[in-house]
Amino acid sequence: MSARPFPFGLVPSGRAPVPALPDPAAATLSEAFGTRSLAGAAPGFVRAALPPGLVLWAQDRLSRAEFGAPFLPGMGRDLLRLDLTRPADVLAALEDGLQGRALAAVVGEIHGPAPALSFTASRRLALRAEASGLPCWLIRHAARPEASAARMRWRLTPLPSALDPDDPQAPGEPRWLAELFRARGRPPATWVARHDRAADRLDFSAPPRDRELAEPHGTPGRRLA
Amino acid sequence: MARRGDAWPEDVPLVLAAPGPHGPVIHAANRAAELAGARIGARAVDSRAICPALRIEPAEPDRDAARLARLAFWARRWGPFSTADGTEGIILDTTGTAHLFGGEAALLAEIQAGFARAGLTARLALAPTRGAAWALARFGPERAICTDPLPALAPLPVAGLRLSGETLLLLRRLGLKTVGDLAVLPRLSLMRRFARAEPQDNPLIRLDQALGRAAEPLDAPEPAPEFAAEARLAEPVMDPSDWLPGLLDALCAQMAAADRGCRRLCLSVFRMDGERRDIRVAMAAPTRDPGHLLRLFDGRLERLDPGYGFDLIRLAAEAVEPLAQAQPGLDGAAPQGLALARLVDRLAARFGAAAISRPLPRESHVPERAETPGPPLAAAPALSARPDRPIRLLTPPEEIRVLYAIPEGPPAQFVWRRQTLRVARHAGPERIAPEWWHDRPGTRLRDYFRIEDDSGLRLWIYREGLVHDGRGGAPRWFLHGIFA
Repeated sequence: MSARPFPFGLVPSGRAPVPALPDPAAATLSEAFGTRSLAGAAPGFVRAALPPGLVLWAQDRLSRAEFGAPFLPGMGRDLLRLDLTRPADVLAALEDGLQGRALAAVVGEIHGPAPALSFTASRRLALRAEASGLPCWLIRHAARPEASAARMRWRLTPLPSALDPDDPQAPGEPRWLAELFRARGRPPATWVARHDRAADRLDFSAPPRDRELAEPHGTPGRRLA
Repeated sequence: MARRGDAWPEDVPLVLAAPGPHGPVIHAANRAAELAGARIGARAVDSRAICPALRIEPAEPDRDAARLARLAFWARRWGPFSTADGTEGIILDTTGTAHLFGGEAALLAEIQAGFARAGLTARLALAPTRGAAWALARFGPERAICTDPLPALAPLPVAGLRLSGETLLLLRRLGLKTVGDLAVLPRLSLMRRFARAEPQDNPLIRLDQALGRAAEPLDAPEPAPEFAAEARLAEPVMDPSDWLPGLLDALCAQMAAADRGCRRLCLSVFRMDGERRDIRVAMAAPTRDPGHLLRLFDGRLERLDPGYGFDLIRLAAEAVEPLAQAQPGLDGAAPQGLALARLVDRLAARFGAAAISRPLPRESHVPERAETPGPPLAAAPALSARPDRPIRLLTPPEEIRVLYAIPEGPPAQFVWRRQTLRVARHAGPERIAPEWWHDRPGTRLRDYFRIEDDSGLRLWIYREGLVHDGRGGAPRWFLHGIFA
């Protein structure tokens, strides 16, 4: 597993203010690719995009070992957790969860390249999600985007956090670089996304320019305690 | 054992009559009838001549036996194994259960009170062997408790040895009136005299069983399943899937007629080679929906080992619970809680019940204990996300190697799995002390830091212990969580 499967810096610079906003909570199959190990960007983005209610959260064994399990005090969501072994199990569980009206959304995490997640399998999931009217998210760790029927495919990279108004040394609100690199019916676009905790939704803003990205935003020197 | 006492007042002489060769014969009599002169085995017309007020009712031995068998299962509240003994007794194995009721005497008093509440009179005895308990219950003192069978049985009549009338007559002609008389005789002569007797009619074998010299295990049957459906096949088959929908329909129709639902199903196939194989599925909520139950067997039938084929398939409902008719929604869909129970059933049938959990919050500052896996159908907990807690927790925490440490603060640089991370911003420490009521002595405290590296990774790391806390060497550093 390489630390950066995707080249960083594909961000178009100087784009017009904010591209047309997507609807990340749409009732369809969406994929979120994490770009780095130890990055909580993809789970954090998905967690912010989920509608309120009970969420089925299925993980395969490698995701659990490499990226840990959802932690309730930090997530603050009512979860039905499924600790599974293989990616094929995760897909079967998602498909099961999309039947019936018990859940508000289903989320599956798959680590590494998954032959089980073929185009056919993703198309099944997309059709089921649209038929049931539930958002279905696939979080892909350490994977390259293969052919998929996901209606929205995001690539999520952590950005230096916003300034904490109380303590300039402390990490503040998390921000992510959200790159919608494939979507049905719209051109690819890039935003800076953050979780608006008060309204419990995602806020999108224009991406930073290359120069701003190069020098870390608002990072003061180390405090010598 | 008397019949239900609340049906007839005690002072009305009542007998039960069974058909005999010369007209009805008295089968059982209540106390008033016995005082009035009715004797078991006498003809009913003779007894009525003695006592004109005698009420005669027909006996129903089959229903008596069925009720006695049910009563034997009911008596399992006092012990794990029980069975009906003959037509008028219940054997209950109370090994190791007496202390739960406050001793053996208290146990017997409780049993007698329990039967009295059910309208039954019972004579009880507690003994180390089945035969001794039988004899003491019928011929011994009230609520007898015996620890050594021989002295307790010696004064009792030989009828206490569970022998037939002919053998008892023979023993009486031999002058053997009590068990003690029989016990002092030489074994060799007894064995020779009763060499041709059936084992259950042999005084020596019965004496050995009563005194504990010969084993007499208790054969306690399992209660028959209340609802079961069977398919008997003309030819052995290898795959039960064609018969399963029909069996489920039949079983669910039975349960619907009784307003019941089940929480476990057992599919048994009886193989040609004398083996039996079971598949069990469990449900989170009682149900009798054949379509749902059929889906729980998805992928399970393939793993059934059919051997050379089987010719009997039985589907039995276990853990039967009351389940009233539910009103579906206007769109014909099941209610919300039921949908979740169905989903949990399907997931548990496919991945095992251990794979599903519903994390519930718990009052603890130690992160591993701040959530606890709850049952999937638990009520929705009141939750709020804390910004100072990570969204992912690594189990177990991964040790990191500190390259450049600052005395009071997080490391400026550390290595996690050969990746060097440089801390750009941090918040903390947040000190979490060990919980002495849970943790082993010597557990070190933790100082947690929220850190962010220069590329935006937000992590939760902690230092375990202080430098001179006397609980081990230099403090170690761990990576415990990942922030969004």
